[in-house]
Amino acid sequence: MFGKHEVSPVVRRRVSLCAAFAVVAMLLLGARLWNLQVLRGEQMAALSENNRIRLRRAPATRGRVVDRHGKVLIDSQASFDAVLVPEDAKDLPSVVETLAQYLHQSSGETQAILDRAAGRPAFQEVLVKRHLDFDEVAAVETHQLELPGVSLRVTPSRSYPNGPTLAHVLGYVGEVTLGEIEGDQRYRPGDVIGKAGLEKSWESDLRGIDGGQQVEVDAFGRELRVLDETEAIPGRTLVLSIDLDLQQAAEQALGDQTGSIVALDPRTGDVLAMVSEPSFDPNAFTGGIKPELWRELVKHPRRPLNSRATQGQYPPGSTFKFIMATAALEEGIVNPFTHIGCHGSLAYGNHTFRCWKKGGHGSMNVHEALVGSCDVFFYQVGARLGVDTIARYAHAFGLGQPTGIGIGTERGGTIPDTAWKQRVLKQPWFKGETLSVAIGQGYVTASPLQMAGAIGTLATGVRYRPRLVQRVEAIDGATVRDVAPEAVEKLPVRETVLKQVQEALVDTVGRGTGNKARLTDITVAGKTGTSQVVALGKTRLKASQMKWNQRDHAWFVAFAPAEAPTIAIATLVEHAEGGGGAIAAPITKRVLQAYFHLQAEREGTRVAQN
Amino acid sequence: MLRIDRRLLTHIEWPLLVLALLVTGVGLLTILSATYRVDQVLSPFVVRQATWAGLGLVLMIMAISVDYRVLNRYAYPIYGALLAALGLTLMMGVKGGGARRWLGYGPLALQPSEFMKVGLILVLAHVLHRWAGESRLPLRRLVGPAVLIALPAFLILKQPDLGTVLALAMGALTLLLVAGLPMRLLIIAALVLAPFGKIAFDHLKPYQKNRLISFRNPEADPLGTGYHVLQSQIAIGSGQVHGKGYLHGTQNKLSFLPEQHTDFIFSVYAEEWGFLGAAALLLLYLGLVLRGAYIASRARDNLGALLAAGLTGTIFWQAVINIGMTSGSLPVVGITLPFLSYGGSSMLALLASVGLLMNVSMRRYTF
Repeated sequence: MFGKHEVSPVVRRRVSLCAAFAVVAMLLLGARLWNLQVLRGEQMAALSENNRIRLRRAPATRGRVVDRHGKVLIDSQASFDAVLVPEDAKDLPSVVETLAQYLHQSSGETQAILDRAAGRPAFQEVLVKRHLDFDEVAAVETHQLELPGVSLRVTPSRSYPNGPTLAHVLGYVGEVTLGEIEGDQRYRPGDVIGKAGLEKSWESDLRGIDGGQQVEVDAFGRELRVLDETEAIPGRTLVLSIDLDLQQAAEQALGDQTGSIVALDPRTGDVLAMVSEPSFDPNAFTGGIKPELWRELVKHPRRPLNSRATQGQYPPGSTFKFIMATAALEEGIVNPFTHIGCHGSLAYGNHTFRCWKKGGHGSMNVHEALVGSCDVFFYQVGARLGVDTIARYAHAFGLGQPTGIGIGTERGGTIPDTAWKQRVLKQPWFKGETLSVAIGQGYVTASPLQMAGAIGTLATGVRYRPRLVQRVEAIDGATVRDVAPEAVEKLPVRETVLKQVQEALVDTVGRGTGNKARLTDITVAGKTGTSQVVALGKTRLKASQMKWNQRDHAWFVAFAPAEAPTIAIATLVEHAEGGGGAIAAPITKRVLQAYFHLQAEREGTRVAQN
Repeated sequence: MLRIDRRLLTHIEWPLLVLALLVTGVGLLTILSATYRVDQVLSPFVVRQATWAGLGLVLMIMAISVDYRVLNRYAYPIYGALLAALGLTLMMGVKGGGARRWLGYGPLALQPSEFMKVGLILVLAHVLHRWAGESRLPLRRLVGPAVLIALPAFLILKQPDLGTVLALAMGALTLLLVAGLPMRLLIIAALVLAPFGKIAFDHLKPYQKNRLISFRNPEADPLGTGYHVLQSQIAIGSGQVHGKGYLHGTQNKLSFLPEQHTDFIFSVYAEEWGFLGAAALLLLYLGLVLRGAYIASRARDNLGALLAAGLTGTIFWQAVINIGMTSGSLPVVGITLPFLSYGGSSMLALLASVGLLMNVSMRRYTF
């Protein structure tokens, strides 16, 4: 069945040809080996000693972060690091001792750094100290001969030119931990990565791609020449929605009080300013934070590392009433003409719920209840709405869930309802608790960011996700990608209801509790809030008579111009000297003034340029 | 079917067998050195590789025992099964070093792409042997083989594993050439395609180039400066004439090569055994290749000749490209050194190839 087929002559010829080719190829390889091993063998052997050709990483410069007008918020600058290759130091103990002296370390410290690096591959540099100051650089540079194996590296280092301004938003950098290296091929021990804030959440854009250099060194580890190089690709620039000028004005307005201010553009969700005081200086983290400074930051009673704007959980107090009013009107519990009387308190069940105004407000409609911030009115309304309906509206305004701003660990606050209480506290809901909820107390908590979002939602009728980063740019300024504004939800409320509540808030500032936020030329709509931290005693104490951490929080939320809002703002002063109308409203006024002043100024220059 | 004809035993192909076993032995010794640690007598790598070699010998005997003309009838089913295995690898294969190459679990994972090197030669010989050697090979007859090559090449490229695709293509090309592919066609194709390739390559960004000419392990040259190739050359060169002595290499002890027991094993060997050892190894490979060529030209029929030429070509090109790459004469492509590099599937496929070559050699006397 196989038959007899001789191998055809063509095939045979081709096989011989291939065989000849194989002989030639092997001869060429042999010649190459002769060249490497015999002709250049000695030279190669010298290079192999002490591992003379080394690979050095050229870390990519981290991307910059700028505000909406291009003002620099985070920059990268050159800094000098001291590195040591222990294998190059002929007499390691004496080199360690000398080096420690020049770097103002104890030789024990230096040795400890080397010991920690014990597991590294041979001939790899050990980073002894980052960010040498001028004297240290000069000392190491001029004493090269005493310090075989020691060299200086220029590396980009992070700088925050505005110090504590925006620290909670920007975050900070630090050395990568072993846990972070695992499962991520981009990182090597000693790399600097984002640890908090935008530095962390936008790490992959900011980071860039490291390059490398192949260098030849002499027997002391000193660089002779660069043999080959792959350039690092710098990280991208983040353009934020923040307005640095407004941010600084807001910081000044808050002064040294503890609290937070968040200003948003309600038309896009753009975060214009986000203050959290007290703050910290992220520059202190660059190059490793000193342990004593870290302890100080962590143990400080006012907790400066806390991002109050996104993580603070405060009862919103009376600011919650604009949500209550919206719910009541939309649900038909009240109409603009429904009047309810207030005599200073309301007996409900076996408990008496007080209004903040001892003598009572008399009879009023929902408009006047907001203007005068009557508690009794909203107790009544709350009792009729029921806690689950209140919760539904609060959620629609963005409370009770994280906004998704995308920096660090944001907290979502609490909007209680019957299911929540059953799940978390394993208890049924008591009707009396609804009354506390109705005035933004009880279990209700929200962050300043959430409250700014809620008042912005009232201003436009649409809830936007807060946007911090507007776009990502390449190093040459070309846009890599735009981050579009994201409308999360249209408020499920009729246009007329929105109008009624907005008008009430205009009057609240015009002639009500929020009158200290009034501007001369621009209509502001706003709502005050004073939220209790501890349960009330029989008699009300003045703020000055109370311990700091038992005082009330002062709130003010606002938007302006009322007829076409471009800014929504929430101000919170922790444990303030007085209520929302007295403390938070004037602060808000100053921020709004700054905002409209800056706007006019920029408008002016634009006109002048044209 | 597995019965071994007694007449066969009188014609055992000794030269090829001895050469193959010698190179395998050198491989085991070098893997031991490359993975040597003071605290253990035998590295687990050597033990595993020796086990694979043992299994490979069994596979080799099986490959000898079935007449290759019988095997030829199963060329398509074998090829199809391997193609399916490659597809499965992409879908549910085991990931290692950023690529999906293995099918199976743990120590039992196999690389179907290694077996495809043999399977493709089988199927190409099957298709081409009837009219091999005709004075003029019509172009339309090349369409089938082209598809047969392109299918596995595409699947392996997706893993991604450029090195194996290259080995596959060069082995197939050798077979086509021996089958009578017009030289003109080859030269024209090279002239037309080369500038395109050059232009395309030049337009790539450096990191994309690195990805293209990637090692089996992408960590090998993370900064893309060709550092490891230079270190490999220094290792080879520093062996000088006599070498630093077995287990006395220094470059590889500094772990500058993450792939020292696979892709860069030649530099470990050449550092320790010097030019004399390296030249001896080259001669062993040349011996294998020339013996393979001899078997091809003395085969009983065109089928045997094509099989032998294709299998020998595959081994030859891998050896030349790998040594060329580690010695810095060719660009870096992740390709293993046959019989020396660590790897179970590769060892099995190589010893199966040797078995098939012996099969062709020994069947030349039977009718």
